[in-house]
Amino acid sequence: MGQRVAMTGNIAVANAMRQINPDVCAAYPITPSTEIMQQFSSFVADGLVKTVLVPAESEHSAMSACIGAAGAGGRVMTATSSQGLALMWEMLFIAAGNRLPIVLAMANRALSAPINIHGDTSDAMGARDSGWIQIFSENAQEAYDNLIQAVRIAEHLDVRLPVMVGMDGFIISHSIESMELLEDEAVRDFVGEYIPNRPLLDIQNPRTYGPLDLQDYYIEHKRQEYEAMKNAKSVILEVARDFSDRFGREYGLFESYRLDDAEVAIVVLNSAAGTVKTVIDALRADGVKAGLLKPRIFRPFPADEIAAALSGVKAVCVMDRADGVNAVGGPLFPEFRSALYDSNPRPMMINKVFGLGGRDLGLHHVREVFAELQTIAETGKIETLAEYITVRN
Amino acid sequence: MSNLKNWKELTPGAVIEEAGNAAEYVTGGWRTYRPVLDEEKCIHCLTCWISCPDTAVIVRDEKMTGFDYDHCKGCGVCADVCPKKVQAISMEQEGK
Repeated sequence: MGQRVAMTGNIAVANAMRQINPDVCAAYPITPSTEIMQQFSSFVADGLVKTVLVPAESEHSAMSACIGAAGAGGRVMTATSSQGLALMWEMLFIAAGNRLPIVLAMANRALSAPINIHGDTSDAMGARDSGWIQIFSENAQEAYDNLIQAVRIAEHLDVRLPVMVGMDGFIISHSIESMELLEDEAVRDFVGEYIPNRPLLDIQNPRTYGPLDLQDYYIEHKRQEYEAMKNAKSVILEVARDFSDRFGREYGLFESYRLDDAEVAIVVLNSAAGTVKTVIDALRADGVKAGLLKPRIFRPFPADEIAAALSGVKAVCVMDRADGVNAVGGPLFPEFRSALYDSNPRPMMINKVFGLGGRDLGLHHVREVFAELQTIAETGKIETLAEYITVRN
Repeated sequence: MSNLKNWKELTPGAVIEEAGNAAEYVTGGWRTYRPVLDEEKCIHCLTCWISCPDTAVIVRDEKMTGFDYDHCKGCGVCADVCPKKVQAISMEQEGK
């Protein structure tokens, strides 16, 4: 099997890219994902990969180069964060609409203004409707494992959609953790050889990418994209099963932690899930039936599975490390609440926006949320539907 | 729209597999004036052929033979560049 190593999330991701050995990698490094490209460019310089590295003049150009290279028929990867992902925004839709299986490693970071380089998921939430599959990771091991699986998911012929894999900026991207690095050969065997679908460089069969698509065809192509995103759910599970068979670590659409008999539960992405698990263990020791649902896949949104997992819980808090500034709550909240709308029984649900710009989420914050959920479960009354926590009031 | 393909029949990502099929897209319906050639006057200098912003001037064996009305948009450049001493192309209103 693999090797136990101590690595930051960024270095783990760069090693996944080394083992995947993409044909082309176009990027414009940005904090906190800079280290991914810094390390990967060393791998290129040392001849450990055959990747063509394209240092672009902006993230818009980086994603454009990725699109061109993927259209040409290459296996293509990139990495970015925050403003970088925001600057790619226009091209993200073109990558998805052209059905190009680009894989993007994302160290999640707050968006300006005010300028902040630390971890929250505002960047990913801005891209949630771009047609990209979105996978989130609690720690360096998950970021590494998810990136390797992302290649198979993106390239599956029933899917052929780009995938972004997130981890919290700095909290995970820059913290050294103990994790297992798989053997190079095992990763190469898992991702397999890339067989491009209708590549531009197949010069015996000239074809056109990105034609004008008006009232007579545009909606048919969007309908295809919708179908591909629906197909992604079973492909993600199929790839996870193969990953588990080979390497032993299990992944699903989300992780349920002590959720089966839970009366109160928290939904939270990325590294904060680790903090919540610690509190749950302490509460369980005191007889409180607390649980966690940690979404791994946010796009496609696994609404039915989420409804089944949370239906029997009495009170749920959806915690958002991003605010859509709709004055009602964070971006996860309406989707999770909507997923439960037709469930019977149906939990009472509240929302907390927390940790923006990398503000720490302490154990005491999580304990307070669980205490509020217990009160809601006992009284059947919600005092505050959505609010900020971890903020000075 | 009944002869158009449904979403299951189309190539993913709107990729066009057939090279040069833009010729099948008939755009002559945009025209309000049509160029008409007087073959008696034409000296086959082919200035109209060079100047046409589409590919709507049909030339065979180095002779101007007429217009491709499926793609001519009636811009009138051909009539304008036709030498003043020749004036072999006139613009006539459509629908008359």
